[in-house]
Amino acid sequence: MVKEIERAGIPVVHMCTVTPISMTVGANRIVPTIAIPHPLGNPALTLEEEKAIRRKLVSRALEALTTEVEDQTIFEV
Amino acid sequence: MSYRVVHYINQFFAQIGGEEMAHVAPELREGFVGPGMALSQAWKGEAEIVKTVVCGDSYFAEHEKEAKAQILEWVKAEKPDMFIAGPAFNAGRYGYACANICAAVQEELGIPVLTGMYEENPGADLKNKVLMVATANSAAGMRKAAPVMAKLALKIMKGEKLGASCEEGYMPNGIRVNFFEKERGAKRAVDMLVKKLNGKPFVTEYPMPSFDRVAPNKAIKDLSKATIALCTSGGIVPKGNPDHIESSSASHYGEYCIAGVDDLTADTYETAHGGYDPVYANADADRVLPVDIMREFEREGKIGKLHDYFYTTVGNGTAVASAKGFAAEYAQKLLAAGVDAVIMTST
Amino acid sequence: MKLELGYIQINDIQFSKECKVENGTLFVDADAVRAFMYEDDDVKDWVKSFSFDIAKPGESVRITPVKDVIEPRVKVEGPGGVFPGVISKVDTVGSGKTHVLRGMAVVTAGKIVGFQEGLIDMSGPGADYTPFSKLNNFVVVAEPKDGYQDHKHEYEHAVRIAGLRAATFIGEIGRNVTPDETQEFETLGIKEGIEKYPDLPRVAYVHMLQSQGLLHDTYVYGVDAKRSLTTIINPTETMDGAILSGNCVSACDKNTTYHHQNNPVVAELFAAHGKTLNYVCNIITNENVYLADKQRSSDWTAKLCRLLDLDGAIVSQEGFGNPDTDLIMNTKKIELQGVKTTIITDEYAGQDGKSQSLADADPLADAVVTGGNANEVIILPKMDKVIGMLDYVDVIAGGHAGSLREDGSIEAELQVITGATNEMGFNCMSAR
Repeated sequence: MVKEIERAGIPVVHMCTVTPISMTVGANRIVPTIAIPHPLGNPALTLEEEKAIRRKLVSRALEALTTEVEDQTIFEV
Repeated sequence: MSYRVVHYINQFFAQIGGEEMAHVAPELREGFVGPGMALSQAWKGEAEIVKTVVCGDSYFAEHEKEAKAQILEWVKAEKPDMFIAGPAFNAGRYGYACANICAAVQEELGIPVLTGMYEENPGADLKNKVLMVATANSAAGMRKAAPVMAKLALKIMKGEKLGASCEEGYMPNGIRVNFFEKERGAKRAVDMLVKKLNGKPFVTEYPMPSFDRVAPNKAIKDLSKATIALCTSGGIVPKGNPDHIESSSASHYGEYCIAGVDDLTADTYETAHGGYDPVYANADADRVLPVDIMREFEREGKIGKLHDYFYTTVGNGTAVASAKGFAAEYAQKLLAAGVDAVIMTST
Repeated sequence: MKLELGYIQINDIQFSKECKVENGTLFVDADAVRAFMYEDDDVKDWVKSFSFDIAKPGESVRITPVKDVIEPRVKVEGPGGVFPGVISKVDTVGSGKTHVLRGMAVVTAGKIVGFQEGLIDMSGPGADYTPFSKLNNFVVVAEPKDGYQDHKHEYEHAVRIAGLRAATFIGEIGRNVTPDETQEFETLGIKEGIEKYPDLPRVAYVHMLQSQGLLHDTYVYGVDAKRSLTTIINPTETMDGAILSGNCVSACDKNTTYHHQNNPVVAELFAAHGKTLNYVCNIITNENVYLADKQRSSDWTAKLCRLLDLDGAIVSQEGFGNPDTDLIMNTKKIELQGVKTTIITDEYAGQDGKSQSLADADPLADAVVTGGNANEVIILPKMDKVIGMLDYVDVIAGGHAGSLREDGSIEAELQVITGATNEMGFNCMSAR
């Protein structure tokens, strides 16, 4: 799906937990997330802590979108 | 009434001559010629070859456009139930001609086609487009190939569902078909491993695919002026799943307006995804689709705007081709709406 | 470690006031089964009522939504008891003698918790795709107490325990019955094995356990597999119920408890043991939702393969999607240790069969056995009787809005059928 958006000419960042799949299917900008059932949250934390993590992850995704890449790149958090 | 077939063969099988006669232009003959007899016999009257097209291999290669036009005209006039070419065995130019004339007949006239050749024949490059029977690498394989092609052709003309490639004898064409093996999977796995361990040849039941790549687009220059859209394969939908997106093997995607929505709550949004523990996403869908944070960034001016619509589907068990289709479609909508970049989240 | 299985063939089941096996017929007192299930506090807390039914091969019967399928067994000699760490104490099982009530199963059914429960047809086209249509099934339908939707994890646990208790109760009926047939299985120590079969390739079974959360869990001696590192287990331990399904990924490729008890890879490796290979042991590993877990577990699998000096390994999967990555990571890493692999999986190639079958791929996975394309659509005609309820046919994985048609027939993907594309290679179905 990511690839189709890229193909349409829109830069896209893929936020996902299983980055190997993302690499295999060909996403170019990848931000690893927390876990499959809650990629952008962690129910073990308080709501505020969770939000802080989500803020960090989304910020990283925005950074990825503003970074030129030539090849598939994982933006570690 | 028997089914009517037009057959295509080259100068060699029409007994005009070998390489020295490969330049002959296409001609149309009544009934079957050469290998057509074996097909006719196998059909036992259920189908017949009404016309045979004979064309020199070099002629087809050097005058492909003219040859195709002429043959298409003849086939069109004949309105057959099926068009069969070859088999070409390992003859390279003959295989090329068979595959390409079949492709043309199928595409231009919508008539079902079938050919046959050796798997390494260059014509076999079209195996995902044109149905091909795998044959031996020399004409000595005719006795084996003819009944397989005849049987398959009859099935197609009768409109019957085709079995798996290994049952029917056609080359794997990228379409996976279920069938029942004689042994159960665990036995097949042990047998395959023993062969592999002993350095003996074995055939995998699923050859690994190769994936295509798309070059990355240019980065966003100024985030504070950019419109960013959120998309997800994690199945986030308005509570109640109004469009009934399936929990697995989704047949469509959802497009939902989030203008004025600051936060996804347990009362308003949920997940339709059947492949992961839904408890966490149902309690707070921002854990999958971070609308709350994007709104914060919008207010702070970090990003220009969060796009008014998000696009969602269920990745679980959804065919790659469908997912591709969904994304290709909504990518056009995003483009039209002037979206500068996309954040796609997956579970 | 040596285990003898004594098979007691069951050809019929009848409700009765008395519990016994006579001439291949199991007589069972449903009230006694109910009472035994309710002895558990969690069952008491979450299950309002149980109803019972019997489904026999060839009948016009549909069972849905199916949660688990369990074969009744009882330990008659040797340490431990069936389902160790959950029903029996945690003692190591897999040696001595165990009686098996063969030809039947306990099937649990009832209101669904998630999306992932399945369907068993006892006759018609659907019956060809599930091994459980060939068994006499003692079906337990559970009705949850109100408010269970807010306590899914607890309710799932209660129903799982209830099913295991029903199977334990019925297995006990076979304790003093003389088996119709016996079979012995033995696993040697590492050194013993090498000495006995110096020229045979050393092969292990890498058994991947689904461990992704609610209704996606597997238990080993009572331990949730997601909280465990990759480890080694004797093949015979699985025959005594050491590995249990708490698990409803898509019905077609979840491994029920019955699959674990009758693991076909274990059976086929034992059949080849001493002839074409030396069956060393089973390696169990999980399929977790965190990437770090996936990396750690697959590293560990490869490491154990090397430590055991294996020549080959068979890897089986459970579920699909991101577990395809666990499968590929395991395979790739094992191959890179110089150990040859064959893997068993299934496919999601789309209803038209034209899509990529797996979510992940690697050229080192060059020997693949497939259980078929789970997306293939099937029409299941109406059955005279439904055990359970049809309310969920449209929403279970593989169904769609309108799957249940007005005439009572069902149009759905093979995904909905329990065990249809099993990735342990239980069935003959394949795809090309």
